[in-house]
Amino acid sequence: MNNDLFFENDLLNNYSPSQQSRREFIKKAGSGIFILFAVGDTLLFSQESVRAPQQRLPSDFNAFLRIGPDGRVTCFTGKIEMGQGVHTSLPQMLADELDVALDSVEILMGDTDLCPWDMGTFGSLSTRVFGPALRAAGAEARQVLLELASENLKVPRERLSTENGVVFDKADKKNRVSYGKLADGKKIERRANGKASVKKPAEFKIMGKSVPRRDAADKVTGKANYAGDIHLPGMLAAKILRPPAHGAKLVDIDLSEAEQIRGVQVIKEGDFVAILHKYPDVAEQALSKIKARFDRPDTGVDDKTIFDHLLKVAPQGRATTKDGNLQQGEQLSKTVVEETYFNDYVAHAPIEPHTAVVNIEGGKATVWASTQTPFSVKGEVARELGVAPEQVRVITPFVGGGFGGKTRNLQAVEAARLAKLSGKPVQVAWSRKEEFFFDTFRPAAVVKIKSGIAENGGVSLWDYHVYFAGERGSQHFYTIPHHSTVVHGAGWTGAPGSHPFATGAWRAPSNNTNTFARESQIEIMAAKAGMDPVEFRLRNLADKKMQNVLKAAAEKFGWKPANPPSGRGYGVACGTDAGTSVATIAEVEVHKATGMVKVKRVVCAQDMGLVINPEGATIQMEGCITMGLGYALTEGLRFKNGEILDLNFDTYEIPRFSGLPKIETVIIDNKDSDPQGGGEPAIITMGAVIANAIYDAIGVRLFHLPMTPERIKEAINKS
Amino acid sequence: MEDTVRFKLNGKPTKLTVDVDRKLLWVLRTDLELTGTKYGCGESHCGACTVLVNNEAVRSCHVTMKDVAGKDVLTIEGLTKSGKLHPLQKAFVEHNALQCGYCTPGMIMNAFALLRRNPRPSSSEVVKEMDDNLCRCGAHNRIIRAIQAAGKEMKGGI
Repeated sequence: MNNDLFFENDLLNNYSPSQQSRREFIKKAGSGIFILFAVGDTLLFSQESVRAPQQRLPSDFNAFLRIGPDGRVTCFTGKIEMGQGVHTSLPQMLADELDVALDSVEILMGDTDLCPWDMGTFGSLSTRVFGPALRAAGAEARQVLLELASENLKVPRERLSTENGVVFDKADKKNRVSYGKLADGKKIERRANGKASVKKPAEFKIMGKSVPRRDAADKVTGKANYAGDIHLPGMLAAKILRPPAHGAKLVDIDLSEAEQIRGVQVIKEGDFVAILHKYPDVAEQALSKIKARFDRPDTGVDDKTIFDHLLKVAPQGRATTKDGNLQQGEQLSKTVVEETYFNDYVAHAPIEPHTAVVNIEGGKATVWASTQTPFSVKGEVARELGVAPEQVRVITPFVGGGFGGKTRNLQAVEAARLAKLSGKPVQVAWSRKEEFFFDTFRPAAVVKIKSGIAENGGVSLWDYHVYFAGERGSQHFYTIPHHSTVVHGAGWTGAPGSHPFATGAWRAPSNNTNTFARESQIEIMAAKAGMDPVEFRLRNLADKKMQNVLKAAAEKFGWKPANPPSGRGYGVACGTDAGTSVATIAEVEVHKATGMVKVKRVVCAQDMGLVINPEGATIQMEGCITMGLGYALTEGLRFKNGEILDLNFDTYEIPRFSGLPKIETVIIDNKDSDPQGGGEPAIITMGAVIANAIYDAIGVRLFHLPMTPERIKEAINKS
Repeated sequence: MEDTVRFKLNGKPTKLTVDVDRKLLWVLRTDLELTGTKYGCGESHCGACTVLVNNEAVRSCHVTMKDVAGKDVLTIEGLTKSGKLHPLQKAFVEHNALQCGYCTPGMIMNAFALLRRNPRPSSSEVVKEMDDNLCRCGAHNRIIRAIQAAGKEMKGGI
């Protein structure tokens, strides 16, 4: 596991653990039994935090659960639901540990006044890091209930057991008391210390079973609220004047025509100009009447020259892994392969753009935001308003997709600024253009690999340099005696002077780039060695978990060994992310005249340890595979001199129905291992698996993502 | 230009004094407080704002109030009858045909128009009709199955 999972990210500067005392939280939550827990208690998290000493873990607690007098269980957590399904899977864990029906568990998410501080929802952490802590808290709660029931029923604790929200005497099942009754009129507070033992997989009744999404009914009826659906009396919608390019400076402005439109309020504070109106569409129309002149920069950098620029400004690398001796490795190699891989900038493009509503009343600001990091919003808004963080409450409704992009919260800061300046509740809902312009794009990146194969088919040399993608996924997992991995550039946010606009974490950050390069190189070597790509990998893998997923994928696919290019259009790729091992096999058809690729079938096998909701995990894998088709084939941002040229879905093409292959998934049964990440791993293999399948189909190798028809035709012409 | 527009909204006669050049999407979301219809791109590329006007799926970000005068407008809120989920909504729930849910109302409305015309579409017919409705979470294959299942449930496409 790489430490950049959490920390290679400027977000942390915005985090500060909650200042609210436990008493305040519990006061708000009413009577009952309270179990407080800190995610930092879990072994996995503490292991990771050792590697990242700069992180300030909340020393007290950062989530809690309550059992109320009505017997209902509520979990209060700063995590948010953006489609990944934790709204369902976290209650599953709690219901099982507590022996209550799933229906009686509620989850209150992402409200900074009601939930203690949480780092944010990203990095496939909710199930594998938050989950175990939540289960331990559930187990602790069950112990408290048993203690209380022992007093209440006058029965020794050993004779008691629990089922369906009731504690009963094993010797006399009629002698029983409900959780609600035990909690009634009480204010019991306990800190989970991890001593209460959690259930073993054999005892699971709810975990490990597929349950339907709990948010589905609200989402199919239009009842589910997203940040843009919040309407407050007197609220104004804001449209903000934007520069035509990053780095452009406002030199001249004429607001007169915009001011003529009935009902608008124009705000101008330096270069920050906004139109406010009751209706967002009227504000937008008024905005278009502003005559503004900007000085535009001439950076000379565009989507073609960016790679030369990046390599020129790349900082000295940092060796993250090294073993053996590269020179010796080269001497041992019968064949040496040296290649360079590229990928373009990629947008997050959630269908819900960044949105926030801010209402300031009596010195206290309430924010509704589409965000993956509500506590980050709290700090940023407090700073913007010049108030203490306690004066800001952030409420996170359903989030319409995040993928890493909603860890940046500029829209909430803008709404706060405008609410303060206008004295009214203000909604800032970015347009699709703004969403593209202000995205924290997945960085353009370069990977250079020099590798060698020995006479016996073993990989003898691996000299790996990654520029600007980041560290996650850069370490290979093959058995290679002489190898080195060097990471250039401070992760996905880059350094000043590197990227022409903001970059950031994009679903499985770094790993998509690293896995594309590594697994393409592996398949090139398999071809050079005259070996089947599955067999070549197994020959060079000692990692049992990876061997198993690869074998499982091959079996499901019905793999028959052949040396690439076999003409069949089959590709293979393996990877690890967030503790999960994944192997993907794809079948493609390439139309050589047009350069069009049709992905016909994708088989993906994954070992993610204990799976809480198998259907939910499968859906995440399908989502990853689908989203991965985009960065593999069509998604690459065009820009020039700071101007973003792709500003909507007409030219920026995300996957659509007609591009979907048949998707088959295999989840390895490994319930005795700790749960690992599920929301990201399956996306990492998509670049390489399709590149490898294209090579297998037509014998032409693509080194640059996305593999657009133009690039494929160009590669065919060159070959 | 402000004028009084009369139309049927989810079966109910509706009268509204409004700038008739305003887009239906924003009038639904603001004046009429029906927020189930979503903004996704504003240029008819994504389909998140799809509603039915006289049984045809349209992009409400591009339809003006003038255009809906005297017509029947159906939004996602109008699909549920007396609290009971429509077969399409039920099928989306049963097939887990959504994740973040933001594109879902538009998907369902576009599918509803499709099933009215063609209650038993093949999967390639569904793909063709749904291709301009975008989903970023990757629920596509499940959406196709949900639409086909709903078609079988629905009586004569209604």
